[in-house]
Amino acid sequence: MTLFGKLTWSAIPFDSPLPLFASGVAALAIVGVLGWVVATGRFRYLWDEWLTSVDHKRIGVMYTLLALVMLLRGFTDAIMMRTQQALALNAPGYLPPEHYDQVFSSHGTIMIFFVAMPFMIGLMNFVVPLQLGIRDVAFPTLNSVGFWLTATGALLVNLSLGVGEFAKTGWLPYPPLSELAYSPGVGVDYYCWALQISGVGTLLSGINLVTTILKTRAPGMSLLRMPMFCWTSLASNLLIVAAFPVLTATLAMLLLDRYLGFHFFTNEAGGNVMMFMNLIWAWGHPEVYILILPAFGIFSEVIATFSGKPLFGYRSMVVATMVICVLAFMVWLHHFFTMGAGANVNAVFGIMTTIIAVPTGVKVFNWLFTLYGGRIRYEPPLLWAIGFMVTFVIGGMTGVLLALPPVDFLLHNSLFLVAHFHNVIIGGVLFGGFAGYTYWFPKAFGFRLEPRLGVAAFWFWLVGFYVAFMPLYVLGFLGMTRRMQHYDVPEWQPWLRVAAGGAALIAIGIALLIAQLVVSIRRRDSLCDTTGDPWDGRTLEWATRSPPPAYNFAVLPEVAGEDAYWGMKQSVRDEQHTVYGPIEIPRNSATGIVCAFFATVMGFSLIWHIWWLVIVGFVGAWATFVAFAWRDLADDVLGADEVERLDRVDRPVNA
Amino acid sequence: MRHWDRVNDRRDDAGQGMTPARVVRAVACLVALPLAGCGTGVLAPRGAVGSAEVMMLVDALAIMLTIVVPTIVATLAFAWWFRASNTRARHLPEWAHSNQVEMVVWFIPLLVILLLSGVIWTGSHAVDPYRPLGSKVPPLEVQVVSLDWKWLFIYPAQGIASVDALTVPAGTPIHFTLTSASVMSAFFVPQLGSMIYTMNGMTDQLSLIADRPGVFAGRSAHFNGDGFADMHFAMTAVPDGDFAAWVARAKAAGGTLDAAAYRGLARQGVLAAPVTYRAVAPTLFADVVAQRIAPAAGPPLTSPASTVPKHGAPEPGEPRT
Repeated sequence: MTLFGKLTWSAIPFDSPLPLFASGVAALAIVGVLGWVVATGRFRYLWDEWLTSVDHKRIGVMYTLLALVMLLRGFTDAIMMRTQQALALNAPGYLPPEHYDQVFSSHGTIMIFFVAMPFMIGLMNFVVPLQLGIRDVAFPTLNSVGFWLTATGALLVNLSLGVGEFAKTGWLPYPPLSELAYSPGVGVDYYCWALQISGVGTLLSGINLVTTILKTRAPGMSLLRMPMFCWTSLASNLLIVAAFPVLTATLAMLLLDRYLGFHFFTNEAGGNVMMFMNLIWAWGHPEVYILILPAFGIFSEVIATFSGKPLFGYRSMVVATMVICVLAFMVWLHHFFTMGAGANVNAVFGIMTTIIAVPTGVKVFNWLFTLYGGRIRYEPPLLWAIGFMVTFVIGGMTGVLLALPPVDFLLHNSLFLVAHFHNVIIGGVLFGGFAGYTYWFPKAFGFRLEPRLGVAAFWFWLVGFYVAFMPLYVLGFLGMTRRMQHYDVPEWQPWLRVAAGGAALIAIGIALLIAQLVVSIRRRDSLCDTTGDPWDGRTLEWATRSPPPAYNFAVLPEVAGEDAYWGMKQSVRDEQHTVYGPIEIPRNSATGIVCAFFATVMGFSLIWHIWWLVIVGFVGAWATFVAFAWRDLADDVLGADEVERLDRVDRPVNA
Repeated sequence: MRHWDRVNDRRDDAGQGMTPARVVRAVACLVALPLAGCGTGVLAPRGAVGSAEVMMLVDALAIMLTIVVPTIVATLAFAWWFRASNTRARHLPEWAHSNQVEMVVWFIPLLVILLLSGVIWTGSHAVDPYRPLGSKVPPLEVQVVSLDWKWLFIYPAQGIASVDALTVPAGTPIHFTLTSASVMSAFFVPQLGSMIYTMNGMTDQLSLIADRPGVFAGRSAHFNGDGFADMHFAMTAVPDGDFAAWVARAKAAGGTLDAAAYRGLARQGVLAAPVTYRAVAPTLFADVVAQRIAPAAGPPLTSPASTVPKHGAPEPGEPRT
């Protein structure tokens, strides 16, 4: 045993320029940004207002930012895969298998865990308390810890680019390939520890939001008066609370196999790969509903707002949401129909899977009838929603096809499967994320995003998606298996080249989104939202100013029905007799970022078997919690007079 | 090789009549993808199992398109017609509930799913991989072992074996018993249907049939390491009478596959060319399944960074037949 465990200079990939260059650029960018922040004297601001903030809005913004930055990383992997496959007909291409295998593994891992998840959790964090008409989430500091642990996971995955390697086992590390015998490198360890740490963060965030929604709503906000987004957030977070411990336990078993010679999933000594597959998908299938349900909520809000109508069939939607939430746990076996379970088992799980299409279909029809009779305004959020409705229906159809075991026997593990889940995750989750990002951006920052660039970005994404993924459906029919570093079937190549072209269109879409952000910041004065309600919204987040004060609402709103803010706008508000009270504002806390620092140290040293440093990391993280638990003062109190003064100054001009 | 060419010629000469399988294939090509490459994929089935599965694919697709297409059209139509600038459109700013609409909205998907459930139940049983194919011809037994990264086929009745090439008689059901030497893989011949996982220490079963002679691409459909992309094989269905001749030729050439030769074969890497063995240790497959032969090793546990040796090193030993 040495001081640095398995870590030696050979862990730095000096012989492969691509990852070395990429990690070098990333490291320089991080150092550059930090250096700029310090040099311009903004570090204090960054630390006080953001890094140690326990304000749900700030944390929501940081989650979203993490997702968008990681989207760039994950998309770089995607471009590499598409170009490699466009080239690799009877040829090695430019990525050798040991790199290509890492690229597709990190692409999937990053896109699911560090793009889709933080994107959705970020939007939920920002919006849910505002929609519920309350001042913060139930556990503000826990919220901060959850975010920073997620960031730790993202950091560890990206560290693997420059130090060591990432997993070469796909985004779900099926044993026995992921066991020490077949993957002796540190790649699978990076994967496992990154997800173990960020998984704790996700679980904390789930507990927090479930508690917030169930226990801390504004006066009069009964469950059946909650906006649809709050319902889907509740369902999603219930699934997080129920499913993420399964992921943690499964990865813990794999880690016990790898670190301590256990035999949960090994070939030898009674280990069984089939147990891993059942367990990982017992988490994995609910996971896709964890992602899509909040997106469904976003579309419900966006379609209702821009149609100028209440959501059609609100109670039906609530039922459909909760039915999906429950059924999500009953279909996991459809991920391995080809494992050789009997016909009865396959048929039951196939039928259960297609049953989920019923509540999902109900949702689509209800959105359709929300459009009916509306006065539809074509702002960018609505474009994303319409693009979603068309695209998602196609993805749902191919999903039901794969739910037929006999069809799955032909198309499982093919590019048809890849096309299907990108169809629902891009067309559903990502489009939902972008719709929510554009929709709530003015609420978060007080100015709208420049609409023309937003429209252009939408079209490049939409067309790019179809050009990139429809060929993959065809390739699945042509018998092409996923994850092939090269191939020898000439008929495949034209389709792969078209797909690469689609990826280029998506790249333009991403560039336009970045340009939109930059242009909007520069023109923020002309895009300014002085009303707090730029879209003529229906729910309570639009009742306060943009950006909202730290306490969200000077006086908690009284909710008298569904679409609470719409109702308020229809009636005359009594402005003169508002009674202000003192407000407790939770104090900033460095618990999250300090704890995450120690968690990063612990994760990194676990990966490299630097045991003394593991102890340092663990004790540090623990001590941080203990120090927080012994705090003397949790909240600052803003006096009623001060609240009134601020509220008179800040009042939206249309109120 | 001469032999394979002749098989291909026969396939090309095959009859032009519109058999049900051909109709299905034509419809599948028309409905699902109007493209030239329909010739080698799953939509060009060459056996009863694949044809049945493609039939179910087309059925299910047709059932769903009857609801999906109107939904897409309605979405675009509503979104366009109810645009804010269209003053002729009905304006129903408070309309948010209708029991009749709700009924329809729940029952349409429910009916579709009821129909699909029927397809699922009967289909799952009809192409259950464990189910013997109804045929007067007794099935040919083939034992399959997925290795890193090659396919071993053992013909227990004939006492021979081949690697990365599978030769079977056309028109005879093939009953596969499958396992893995190391990690999980999936055995898949797209044109014959049904893929199935191979796992160490246990067996799966699968029955397939090739209706006519031909050469079909076979591959591993589940990622299993650095050599994955090279883990494919040609499956040749020969005319019934030619199979015995092929067996006789295989028995006359190649080495013997005993436990020692198997260990060499099971080392990580890919073969430069397919190999046949004149004889096979009779209990080899059972020994692999029962782990009397230990699971094949992975890469050596050496430096912490990239540890997997370059694949593609040709195995020592057997000449190609």
